[in-house]
Amino acid sequence: MSELQKNGARELLFGDLWEYAPAPESRGHINLAESYGHFINGEFIKEGDEFTSVSPSTEETLSTLHIADDAMVDRAVKAARDAYDNVWSKMPGRERAKYIYRIARMIQEKSRELAVIESMDGGKPIRESRDVDIPLAAAHFFYYAGWADKLEYTFPASSVSSIGVVGQIIPWNFPLLMMAWKLAPALATGNTIVIKPAETTPLTAMKLAEIIQEAGLPPGVVNIVNGYGKTGAAIVNHPDINKVAFTGSTEVGKIIQRSIAGTDKRLTLELGGKGANIIFEDAAIDQAVEGVINGIYFNQGHVCCAGSRLLVQESVHDEVVRKLNHRIQTLIVGDPLDKNTDIGAINSREQLSKIQELVQSGEQEGAVRFATQCKLPDKGYFFPPTFFTDVSPSHRIAQEEIFGPVLSVMTFRTPEEAAAKANNTPYGLSAGIWSDKGSKLFKMAQLMRAGVVWGNTYNKFDPGSPFGGYKESGFGREGGLHGLLPYLEVK
Amino acid sequence: MANKYFAPSVPQVDQVGVDERARRFASRSIKTSAKELGLKMTVSMMDLTTLEGKDTRGKVHMLCQKARTPMVEGDCPSVAAVCVYPPFISYAKKCLEGSGVQVAAVSTYFPSGHATLEARLEETRKAVGEGADEIDMVISRGAFLSGEYGKVYDEIAASVEAAGDAHLKVIFETGELETYDKVRLASQIGIDAGAHFIKTSTGKVSPAATMPVTLVMLETVRDHYMKTGKMVGIKPAGGIRKAKQALHYLAMVKETLGDAWLSADWFRFGASSLLNDVLMQMNKVQTGHYQSDRYFTIS
Repeated sequence: MSELQKNGARELLFGDLWEYAPAPESRGHINLAESYGHFINGEFIKEGDEFTSVSPSTEETLSTLHIADDAMVDRAVKAARDAYDNVWSKMPGRERAKYIYRIARMIQEKSRELAVIESMDGGKPIRESRDVDIPLAAAHFFYYAGWADKLEYTFPASSVSSIGVVGQIIPWNFPLLMMAWKLAPALATGNTIVIKPAETTPLTAMKLAEIIQEAGLPPGVVNIVNGYGKTGAAIVNHPDINKVAFTGSTEVGKIIQRSIAGTDKRLTLELGGKGANIIFEDAAIDQAVEGVINGIYFNQGHVCCAGSRLLVQESVHDEVVRKLNHRIQTLIVGDPLDKNTDIGAINSREQLSKIQELVQSGEQEGAVRFATQCKLPDKGYFFPPTFFTDVSPSHRIAQEEIFGPVLSVMTFRTPEEAAAKANNTPYGLSAGIWSDKGSKLFKMAQLMRAGVVWGNTYNKFDPGSPFGGYKESGFGREGGLHGLLPYLEVK
Repeated sequence: MANKYFAPSVPQVDQVGVDERARRFASRSIKTSAKELGLKMTVSMMDLTTLEGKDTRGKVHMLCQKARTPMVEGDCPSVAAVCVYPPFISYAKKCLEGSGVQVAAVSTYFPSGHATLEARLEETRKAVGEGADEIDMVISRGAFLSGEYGKVYDEIAASVEAAGDAHLKVIFETGELETYDKVRLASQIGIDAGAHFIKTSTGKVSPAATMPVTLVMLETVRDHYMKTGKMVGIKPAGGIRKAKQALHYLAMVKETLGDAWLSADWFRFGASSLLNDVLMQMNKVQTGHYQSDRYFTIS
């Protein structure tokens, strides 16, 4: 800021002259049961130790669920095996497609309810659950419904078939969307499923179970069990599981990979990331800043492909930092159900502590902290949008995945240096490149060791586009034609 | 011919990014107290406009009365200005005496600007002489699009001088410039040449004002302010017909330039049919009921 004062320029005032009044989305039409059971063989089974799902924005208990032990997981796998052997693997693709399509339609019909529950249970702003999570979840089912009867055309000069029973474990950052990413291709390819939602965000999964039941999907094709890591381990280690698909932390991904080593189980992992956004001096700066904001603060930064590192060419560093600081002052942090909220609640108390600890380390290591000056709600788990300047690659905040609304800003001088810095991480999920010069954009994209590279935009998702990582961000692709491959036997 | 004027270097503008950002403002939900205050601000920032070949003293009289007292009953401010063709300046001035409402006149051979610079400046001087408080000039789009930026700069600078104490608003007719890069460049030239306000459109060309175009102008003004400390006003005109649209523009101003620009001194709406929709919404906020349009006086 001293640079600005030297030039005699002034600050902008983002004050309270005209404040938006609360505009909450109604909860009146929400139909949440007091408790939910596991969804096995087409029925809800309320057995096992109880746990609760808590709203991170109000800390109220939303519903009670049950923990699946080894026996319950076994029951689910048996149901899936029966359904696979007797019904689903024998059904023609065009018939499977009808069920998948029906599920997609029903998600659309219930989109408002699903969006509100997603925001209540997970803390994400209603604007995002309404405009991104739910429509994309439906889009994934629609997309893969289209593939179900065309599998023989997918990989030329080969014949394909399903694998069997797949075990899937999904994270809490996009609960319903991640479930769609996992279920849709597995169903289209003729596999049956045992899936475990995250323990902090199980409610839209239970709503989807109701939809699946209502859609008349044959019992046992999709089985949903709840619980913590131990339940997940029971799925992974069950001898009758043919394939494991996991989205979550790199740490757990490594445990899974070790535990199935030596078995014939197939595995795809979609793990952590430390994505870099690279802004060149010839970029459209205002739009680049907006893209960076979207890249890191979308879903409170709980995004594996978040652009959590920003590499700025030194010549435009001060301008970009000034604009970033102005921009975060207008982000509205608060009630996830308010239609004007930009940043909702951190998903859990544990995650909030982790973010706080890493931000503290950033300060101790000498990085300069900027944060939104707004007032945070008294209740719930909230963290102000934050970024650090003067970060160097050896800082913890430049290396570790924070999984929160915290951005680390670094500089570079040449394109080669930018590429080297962007790739200097154990992860390799995503990158964003900002330049008005097309040739530079493509050259940089070639140099990125990342599964997804965006040019002059960020966090754009489409069911037709494959998504997945390099290095410790995992392997296997979800979405698109490539998303079918992990669920197919190719002869 | 060598052109001695060097066009200012302006940042690149990414069309997709601007459109996306503008859509975000249009998703802001403005309710209850925020809506009421926003609607009042909208009225107080309005340049109530009549710019037709069939304008008469009778029409101007009707407009001025509406400008003074937009709503007969209820709590509503008067508008910022009325905007008329030059022959009606002195009459509008008389109609608005003591009201605090400004008289703005379009000038420099509005709307095309196709005339000699001398004739255009003469029209401006005359308009000021007849009492216009504000002058809305048009740039020569032909000159701008053919790259004669120096000519455009000079005509704006000369018009600022000719306007004297009157505030000068520079209309770029962004619908004819088409790209956001051109809008950004025109805005910077206008600001450099001393414009008090930069304005999107005449209202005679479609598209007139849009949110993305206005956003590019707001960002130009913001960057200029950060560099020099000098504030410039912005006026989107044409195409803003609904109260909801106006509130989204205000959200865009609030979140791009901050509180200082939320004032009739720095932001205006050029509109004619917008006013009654705003009044209808204001009445709804104040009474809880929608009224039929027969309860709102025409202007």
